Amino acid sequence: MIDLHGYGPRLLEGALITTELAVLSLALAIVLGLITASAKMSRSRLAHAVGTLYTTIIRGVPDLVLMMLLFFGGQIGINTITDALYAHFGWDIFINVNEFVAGVLTIGLIFGAYMGETFRGAFLAVESGQIEAGRAYGMGPWLVFRRIRFPQMMRHAIPGLSNNWMVLLKTTALVSVIGLSDMVRVAAEASKATREPFTFMIIVAAIYLLIASVSEWAFARLQKRYDVGYGETK
Amino acid sequence: MADTPIPLQVRNIKKRFGDTEVLKGLSLEAHQGDVITLIGASGSGKSTFLRCMNLLEQPDEGELIVHGEAIRFKETKHGREPADWKQVVRMRARLSMVFQNFNLWAHMTLLENIIEAPVHVLGKPRQEAIAHARELLERVGLTERADAYPAQMSGGQQQRGAIARALAMDPEVMLFDEPTSALDPELVGDVLKVMRDLADEGRTMILVTHEMAFARDVSSQVIYLHQGVIEEAGPPEAVFGTPRSERLKQFLAPKH
Repeated sequence: MIDLHGYGPRLLEGALITTELAVLSLALAIVLGLITASAKMSRSRLAHAVGTLYTTIIRGVPDLVLMMLLFFGGQIGINTITDALYAHFGWDIFINVNEFVAGVLTIGLIFGAYMGETFRGAFLAVESGQIEAGRAYGMGPWLVFRRIRFPQMMRHAIPGLSNNWMVLLKTTALVSVIGLSDMVRVAAEASKATREPFTFMIIVAAIYLLIASVSEWAFARLQKRYDVGYGETK
Repeated sequence: MADTPIPLQVRNIKKRFGDTEVLKGLSLEAHQGDVITLIGASGSGKSTFLRCMNLLEQPDEGELIVHGEAIRFKETKHGREPADWKQVVRMRARLSMVFQNFNLWAHMTLLENIIEAPVHVLGKPRQEAIAHARELLERVGLTERADAYPAQMSGGQQQRGAIARALAMDPEVMLFDEPTSALDPELVGDVLKVMRDLADEGRTMILVTHEMAFARDVSSQVIYLHQGVIEEAGPPEAVFGTPRSERLKQFLAPKH
C-alpha cells in the first residue's frame, strides 16, 4: 500500500478544488466564448473590434503571465480604487482578491477567447438556408438561435470544445502559483516534506487522467446527441 | 369577398445589390385562390422578388401589405429596415415559403420539422400540432417517413415534407421558390402533383418556376420578368399562347 503520510485527505480536497475550478472556468469560458463569437460576427464595428482585441491579447500572452497580471495586478488596481474612494469620499472599503475567484476569472477569460474562435467557426458552418427557413417561418432571432443555430452549431463545436476543455483542465495547475491549494500545490508540498515526489506526482497524474477520461466519454456522448440527423441512415 | 382583406399586395418594389438595380419597381396583388407564377431567365430577379415578399430580402423601396396590414419601415444606416420586427414575424407566419433546397431542419425528424413553427411560433398545443402534422404527412404521401431525418430522405420526399411544413402554418399565401429545380427529373412529378392539388383546392400561391407546362396548367396569372421589370403579365393562355414581347417569345421558344 502506498504511504501518503497523512496527505490523502488534503490531496482529495485539492482534486476537488481542481475539478470545481475547471468546471466553473469552463462555464465562464463558454458564456464569454458565445458573446465573443457573436461580437465578432456582428455588423457593429465596435463589437467586432472589441471581440478581436480580446482574442488577440489573450491568445498572444502566456497564460501564466496573464494569471499573475490579473491576480497581483488586479489586487493593486482594486486597492488603488478603494484608496481613492477613501481619500475622496471617506468610504472605507477593503476588497481582497480571493484566489479561487481570481483563478476562475483568469482561466475563464483565457479560454473564453479560444472558445470564441471555436464557436465562431461552428456558427459559420451552419448552412444559411437552415437559418433562413427559421426566419421565413416567423421565428425571431432568439427562437432561431435556441431552436436552430445553437443545436446545429454545437455539432461543429464539440471537437474544438472538448479540445479546449482538456487544455483548460491542465491549465488549472497554474493556479498553484497564486497560492490556491489545488492538487498540484498539495502534491508539491507533500513531495517536499516527505521527499517522495514520485509517489505524489504519479497520483496527481492519475487523477488528471481520470478526469480527462471521464470527460472524453461525456463529450463523445454529447457529440452523438448533436450528430443526430446527420449522415448515418436508419 | 369584400370583407376579407386581400392576402398579399406588393407595390413598386425596388431592390439594389451594390450598384446593380435588380428589381425596378415591381407590383402584384394576390387575391384569395390566385396562383401567380413568376417566370424569367436566371438573373431576371424573380427569386429576389419572391424573397422580398416575406422580407428575407429587404426591398429598398416599395410597399408590402399582408392581409390588409401595411408593413412599416424605417431608415437605418444599413438601409431601409422594418420598423417593427414583431409585425414582420406576424406577417411571415401568414406566408409560408418552400425553398429550392428544401431547407428542412437537419437536426429534427420530419414530424418535428412540421410541428416546430406551429408550436413555437403560433403557440399551438403540441398534441394538436402532431395530429395536424400526421394528416398533412398523409396528404403528401409521407406517413411512413414521420420519424426520418431529412438526410435519410430523397430530395422529392424532402420537398414534399417541406410543403407539409408550410401547410402546417395554415398560411394565407404559399411562396414557392423554384421548388423542383434541385430535384432529379424522376422526382419532380410527385412534387408537382402535390402542388397541383393545392392549387385545385383554392390555395393562394405565388411561385417561381422553370416548369412551363405546369405553370400553364395551374396558374391564374403569369408574370414574365426581364432584368427586374415586368415585361409581360396576364392569364397563362395569353402569356404562353400569344406572347407580345420579342423577349418573351424568345424565352418561350424551344431551346436547341
